[in-house]
Amino acid sequence: MNTKGSKEDKNIKLLPQTNTFTWQLQNNMTIILFLLPAFILLFIFLVYPIFRSAYYSLFNWKGFGPAVDYIGIENYTRLLTDKIFLKAVKNGILIVIFSLVIQLPIAMGLALIVGRDIPGKAFFRAIFFMPYILSEVITAIMWLILYNPNPRRGFLNAIINIIPVLEPQAWLADTRLVLPAIFVVLTWKYVGFHMLLYITGLQNIPRDIEEAALIDGVNSRQMVTHITLPLLAGTIKTSIYLSIIGSLQVYALVWIMTRGGPVNASEVMSTYMYRYSFVRFELGYGSAVAIIMLLISLTFSIIYLRLTRNTENVS
Amino acid sequence: MKHNSKNKKNKSPMIFKYIILTIAAIFILFPIVMIIFGTLKTRGEFMTVPYTLPIPPNWGNIKRVLTMPIFWYMMRNSILVMIVTTVGVVVVASLSAFVFSRIEFRMKNMLFNFFTLGLMFPVTVAILPIYLIIRQLNLINSLTGVILVQTAFQLSISIVILRNFFMSVPFELQDAASIDGCNNLGFFWCVLLPLARPSLATVAALTIVTSWNDLLVPLVLIDQEKLWTLPLGTMQFQGQYGMDLSLVSAFLLLSAIPAIIFYIFAERQLVSGLTAGALKG
Repeated sequence: MNTKGSKEDKNIKLLPQTNTFTWQLQNNMTIILFLLPAFILLFIFLVYPIFRSAYYSLFNWKGFGPAVDYIGIENYTRLLTDKIFLKAVKNGILIVIFSLVIQLPIAMGLALIVGRDIPGKAFFRAIFFMPYILSEVITAIMWLILYNPNPRRGFLNAIINIIPVLEPQAWLADTRLVLPAIFVVLTWKYVGFHMLLYITGLQNIPRDIEEAALIDGVNSRQMVTHITLPLLAGTIKTSIYLSIIGSLQVYALVWIMTRGGPVNASEVMSTYMYRYSFVRFELGYGSAVAIIMLLISLTFSIIYLRLTRNTENVS
Repeated sequence: MKHNSKNKKNKSPMIFKYIILTIAAIFILFPIVMIIFGTLKTRGEFMTVPYTLPIPPNWGNIKRVLTMPIFWYMMRNSILVMIVTTVGVVVVASLSAFVFSRIEFRMKNMLFNFFTLGLMFPVTVAILPIYLIIRQLNLINSLTGVILVQTAFQLSISIVILRNFFMSVPFELQDAASIDGCNNLGFFWCVLLPLARPSLATVAALTIVTSWNDLLVPLVLIDQEKLWTLPLGTMQFQGQYGMDLSLVSAFLLLSAIPAIIFYIFAERQLVSGLTAGALKG
């Protein structure tokens, strides 16, 4: 923006000051033309559909012909009192809790090992991250095969059959086991991604802080709890936020492995919405579900932005 | 980090670390290895001895999948959608990122917030509204619809990543370019974009993986078999041939191979894209 310092005589006629008006005009044209494509795409496929859905959510509408059967907030009251939807919300919360207590600590542990100068770190990193690039479809079908209840075919039960005290389980057909079983798959797929975030966070910690602590005689456990983890707070917040948003997004895995069953035991909000919208074609009701999900993800995004902006100001 | 004086104490934690890493690696690799074994077995072998080494290997399943016309349709559709989406995202996002990083104007912050709305609404959450608008636009059962939606939902994160990179390019360069008679467009095209190649590659890698693996958008927008993408087709294939697990394994493996090859070659871009997107978004 500071063009005055570096003028050269031969170019004076081309400098902005000589024809501010054309430059201004050109600037404005650039702004409009460059922003327009993204603006149109975002407007048509993000903003407009959401308002449209909010509108349809007030109707009893099967998706054909215009929506005429106005029912006010009845879809919402039905939704918020539906036991299956509440179950889906509860499962979503459980997945988030599982992630926070199991998946993220594992990811952190792996990052603390692999993020350092340890021989073979690139190899292990590459392996841990690999599931992330496989599609959820491939992941789900792979694990369907592993979870096969027949011990002759499903590997998990085959192992369990070897151990005398344990009984083979119908992993995905048992209402108590299905959610943990799906969670194992989620961990398999996403632990590497969170590990990667933590590794990046670790690399951003200045070496001299740790070296200074070492000189002060800090042992490795103290180092992790008093220095490394507090310095990683920002990254940890991000990965918690991504787990929460991610749990709203879990769709393909659950739909392919269980369709939300047995008896809705593994229902999550996205499978619930999919069923009402695209299997039963209750589009008014499905819209209400979508709007609630949007509100939840918006709420978490805003909370997250507030939290991270605050810490940025502090540091 | 490790100090020589502590060498003796560090020996056993070192072994301990490798034990943890090995267990984790086995957990991660196991399902993939099983799919490879399964692929190389006959249907009968898969039913009777699913966990042994596939000796001698049976290439029949791979041959069968590779001679299915539907597999190649899916491959073609996935590649087409992925390429057009990626080019679209890179072009459209870099135009916006340029404006947000280089030009001052009124309401810039407000507009930028609008452009990052996509960070708050994952596509899964918005899929019903999207379906309704695509139906209104008469784009059901067309790959164009899939491409437009995937592009729109990849824009916000790409704009954020590119804007951060563009801002790190020194402003003196822009001044120098303008003295040389370069206008905004010239600067963008001749100076900024060539400099930004690594970050463009990062955005492209991120888009490629997202598009390639996307199930929900094609699932909702496409029901003609010839327009299925790989994830959608894989899901249908499993439904149809679910009993023949060795054939399903071959299908999974063959549809995973492009992603794995891509990962091997673009690991760095992919990783930097994911972390930049997550940590700066």
